[in-house]
Amino acid sequence: MAAVPLAGRGRGAGRGRRDNLRALIWLSPWIIGFAVFFLYPLLATVYFSFQRYDMFTLEPVGLLNYRYFLEDPAAWRSIKNTLWLVVVMVPLRVLFGLGVAQLITRLKAGVGLFRTIFYLPSLVPVVAGTLGFVYLLNPGTGPVQAILSAVGIGSPDWFGDPAWSKWGLTMLALWSVGDLMVIFMAALLDVPKQLYEAAAIDGAGAWQRFYRITLPVIRPVLMFAAVTGVIQALQYFTQAMIAARVASGSTDSAGSVFTPGYPDQSTLTFPEWLYHQGFRDFAMGYACVMALVLFVVSMMFTLVLLRQFRGFAEEEA
Amino acid sequence: MTTTTSPSPAAAATASVRWRRMLLWIANHALAIALSIMFLGPLVFITLTALMDDNQALTSQLWPKTWNWGNFTEIFEKAPLLTWIGNTLMYSVLATAFMLLSSVPVAYALARFRFRGRKLAFLMVITMMMLPPQVVSVPVYLIWARFHLTGTLWPLIIPMLLGDAFSIFLLRQFLITIPREYSDAAKVDGCGEFRTLVRVILPMARPAIAAVALFSFFYCWNDYYGPLLYARTDLDNWTLSLGLAAFRSVHRVQWNLTMAATLLVIAPVIILFFFAQKVFIEGVKLTGVK
Repeated sequence: MAAVPLAGRGRGAGRGRRDNLRALIWLSPWIIGFAVFFLYPLLATVYFSFQRYDMFTLEPVGLLNYRYFLEDPAAWRSIKNTLWLVVVMVPLRVLFGLGVAQLITRLKAGVGLFRTIFYLPSLVPVVAGTLGFVYLLNPGTGPVQAILSAVGIGSPDWFGDPAWSKWGLTMLALWSVGDLMVIFMAALLDVPKQLYEAAAIDGAGAWQRFYRITLPVIRPVLMFAAVTGVIQALQYFTQAMIAARVASGSTDSAGSVFTPGYPDQSTLTFPEWLYHQGFRDFAMGYACVMALVLFVVSMMFTLVLLRQFRGFAEEEA
Repeated sequence: MTTTTSPSPAAAATASVRWRRMLLWIANHALAIALSIMFLGPLVFITLTALMDDNQALTSQLWPKTWNWGNFTEIFEKAPLLTWIGNTLMYSVLATAFMLLSSVPVAYALARFRFRGRKLAFLMVITMMMLPPQVVSVPVYLIWARFHLTGTLWPLIIPMLLGDAFSIFLLRQFLITIPREYSDAAKVDGCGEFRTLVRVILPMARPAIAAVALFSFFYCWNDYYGPLLYARTDLDNWTLSLGLAAFRSVHRVQWNLTMAATLLVIAPVIILFFFAQKVFIEGVKLTGVK
């Protein structure tokens, strides 16, 4: 009698081991990729952060790179700029995306057409979109100034004025809000219609309906969009780089004359400075310190996301 | 006007509700049209400028005086665009093909197999997907330098043979929605896991696979950081985004030609979108799963 469950358990364990082995084989490409292109490089980044390294000579310098980081004004400038993107650009983009999605779900005619139009700009390749925006907002030649001055308003020198350059980039980010819009639209359509009808009968106003019904239902999606938005903002690189290069009229991208962040380091983002230090000035040890800072900060936001996903993963297992 | 009886209060109420609905309808659609103009405006102005002559492109005039279609051929003489298009296509196509080959089985295993550490593996995929590429740039660059592959696009293509976290994540999200009964039935018929995947699951997962392939293709087509890091030093290995970024600077302020080149980069993406709009929208929805 006791042998039966024992035998059962033995078989179960054997099967479990076989299942584990099979999963290991199927997952092996990814496990190798994880080890070679993430785990090892991450450990190497920690190692290099204590070295002075320019691809030719390697010299241990202790905490010197870290000290330099704390005293590097450009690094702090880039942190401030990246923080600006997190605090201003991300919330604006989420709000705008939600607003556009709300609007489109309320339309009675032409939903498909409007959705296509609103979504289209988010497909425009980043370099092309940035070039286009620098041109559009360029005073003197760009149509935005022509239009604004026709209405009698002056136009700032968007990408040439440190006070406006990040707003120029924000406009670009709002223009390409389409992917967020589609995600929010799907979430809004998930809100049960009866709830709205019931609320309308109870005499709830538009704001109350949004706050009491819509928001609780779409909160997970909103949360997901906000956190991924922050993580994207932490990587913000291409738009800032292209806008600065084109607006400053500097030399070709293979040249080393270019100082990023034009105008006046106002668009210098953290990854940009990391790239510049590591691959232009070949201060690779220093770049590794910056990489670790980036890792820790993005990891914190990723953990927020993982917490949200943990329940999800359990449900399915 | 001709009615003599005054409308009942109830009728007046519904009339006012109808009136308010109508106003709301107009307001919503007017807002949508205004937004459409804002979303399409930049593309229209880029196109108009691309067709201007050199001098007019430097003025603030909006409408081309002459339509210079020749700008689109001129840009091919000014820069090795064909080489760059070729490189971009090679990068996008190979990386996408490699990604599909490696990521589909991984996603399937994550979605279907029961094994120890399954949850951990999924969380690791999300972590990989989220972390900025710049975090491990330095050591990864050094790996490729050791193999003398810096200066080429191969450091961006080869790793795709080992799976791409974002694609694995999306595919997994789709595969878990396929009811287990289908694969169970295939197994009763004597199919092994691999044949079940190929015969039963893949045909059902076609929309997700198409979406992931399109996303990957677009990602490569757009990618600037990767080519900048690895191919910057060799003009013959540049992609379109590298070339476009440098285009204006080489040719000073020839905005018309720059915008023509910009359009050239945008056009294939837009065309592809119109052919596969549904695939796209469904795919984007998958990225936003709660």
